[in-house]
Amino acid sequence: MGQKVLLKGNEAMAEAAVQAGCRFFAGYPITPQNEVPEYLSWRLPQAGGVFVQAESEVAAINMVFGAAAGGARCMTSSSSPGISLKQEGISYIAAAELPCVIANMQRGGPGLGNIRASQGDYFQAVKGGGHGDYRLIVLGPAYVQELYDLTMHAFDWADLYRNPVMILGDGILGQIAEPLDIRPYRPIAELPAKDFALTGCAGRASRVVKTLILQPADGLVHHNEYLQQKYRRIEEELSLYEEYETEDAEILIAAYGMSGRIAKGAVRRARQKGIKAGLIRPITLWPFPKEPFRRAAERVSRILVVEMSSGQFVEDVQLASECRVPVEFFGKGGGWYPLDTEILEIVESMQANPSVWATRKD
Amino acid sequence: MMNNSINITIAGSGGQGVVVVGNLIARACLMEGKNVSGWVAYGAEMRGGTANATVVVSEEEIACPFVETPDLAIMLNQPSLERFGSSVVAGGVILLNTSMIQRLLERDDVEQLHVAATELAHRLGNLKVANIVALGAFIDHTRLVAKDSICRAIEDLFSAKNPQMVDLNLKALEVGADHYTLAKVQT
Repeated sequence: MGQKVLLKGNEAMAEAAVQAGCRFFAGYPITPQNEVPEYLSWRLPQAGGVFVQAESEVAAINMVFGAAAGGARCMTSSSSPGISLKQEGISYIAAAELPCVIANMQRGGPGLGNIRASQGDYFQAVKGGGHGDYRLIVLGPAYVQELYDLTMHAFDWADLYRNPVMILGDGILGQIAEPLDIRPYRPIAELPAKDFALTGCAGRASRVVKTLILQPADGLVHHNEYLQQKYRRIEEELSLYEEYETEDAEILIAAYGMSGRIAKGAVRRARQKGIKAGLIRPITLWPFPKEPFRRAAERVSRILVVEMSSGQFVEDVQLASECRVPVEFFGKGGGWYPLDTEILEIVESMQANPSVWATRKD
Repeated sequence: MMNNSINITIAGSGGQGVVVVGNLIARACLMEGKNVSGWVAYGAEMRGGTANATVVVSEEEIACPFVETPDLAIMLNQPSLERFGSSVVAGGVILLNTSMIQRLLERDDVEQLHVAATELAHRLGNLKVANIVALGAFIDHTRLVAKDSICRAIEDLFSAKNPQMVDLNLKALEVGADHYTLAKVQT
């Protein structure tokens, strides 16, 4: 382990991209992710890469589409409204099965919203924000170091599955500065050759990258079946989560990203008070780590979901726990965040009133 | 927010160097191997408005990076004190830059450090180092980190961009440490 440095989440993510071999970035400014393009504007040229401040979010995602088709490791980042603008391009990239990384440092919504942190884009990220039946691999980091590490993995998973990967962060994670170990990049798997890349076909058969795939016989059916098979394979192979104090937990908190780390603090304090609380913090949001919730549902008496939205992630927790235990909800929308003190209060009241505790919405 | 961590809020007007103070504290903590999470309030900040930065320091993994009720606070001007003065926890420490704060904090449940940071900086020949004067007093009293760590953080932060500022800032740190008073507050 080398000397740690103090970096903001946005900067850490940008550095991780460069370390992982990303050599093309296109983006358009938006708070609270501006440190990403700011950092890459000087760092990428230093590493022999290309940084483009595009004329719009739509242009940026389509530049990434082109760079991915050319075989480059490439990335774009934005925040909520900007990510909405990119959705058509993301769907096209998913259809063409091109590897790239898209970061969404979420801010308050809907609409223009505000520049505070939020988790209100969960549905858009994990259920498919653009048109058509496609999936993104979606990652929900909670710490600056984890954001750094996952960004490197994101490039590998993108290449491994020929699929766009989304880093679903939030404004706070992008803005906080924490000690960071700049770990050197090591591929997590043997990566396939990019035999799709459009590198000039002199001396070889030409390659075609396309999003309009109409086979004469079956239209799009075959391509869709093929994509779904790939998504099933990703679901079987990819599941990351943190479990904390769950062995004997009676009250289980489910939370991801920034909410997840805050909830962990609440679990720690609840344990100090003798309350058997535990935490499952999904790290892959798609595929959703169902197994730990299925297991927990056999043991815990109740689940409390905490998220920085009015209730999106909670639905996946209900599905994964198969509605076998009551699921309570504590959400903060509009760009606000839950405090560990608030979560602890709710856990204490759940403990004190096992039968009457009602779903709370603030 | 809760025990086992120390929450710090630094506030002043835009341009007073609030962010630099937060950055230096965070870097010094990092050098001492502590867990630290620093944050600068961002948004529609305007010239003359208040700027604030927060730092959470902990021996354990930091869960909540937000500071709602600081244990320690550095207030560089009057509007900041009006905004954050009441949020400091009982038993906490609050430093006031008395050059810019005329109405002092009427609380006897917190320790108050008074330092005329802006005047002392003026005497050093550069108003910009008022923040470091305040930091010098703050570190001398709270012992949050070793003085040496702050000195190294100053060298770390300024030597690349602004090497001529290193010595002046180190001097400002000394001056702050030598010129504060622990106020006895009558309520």
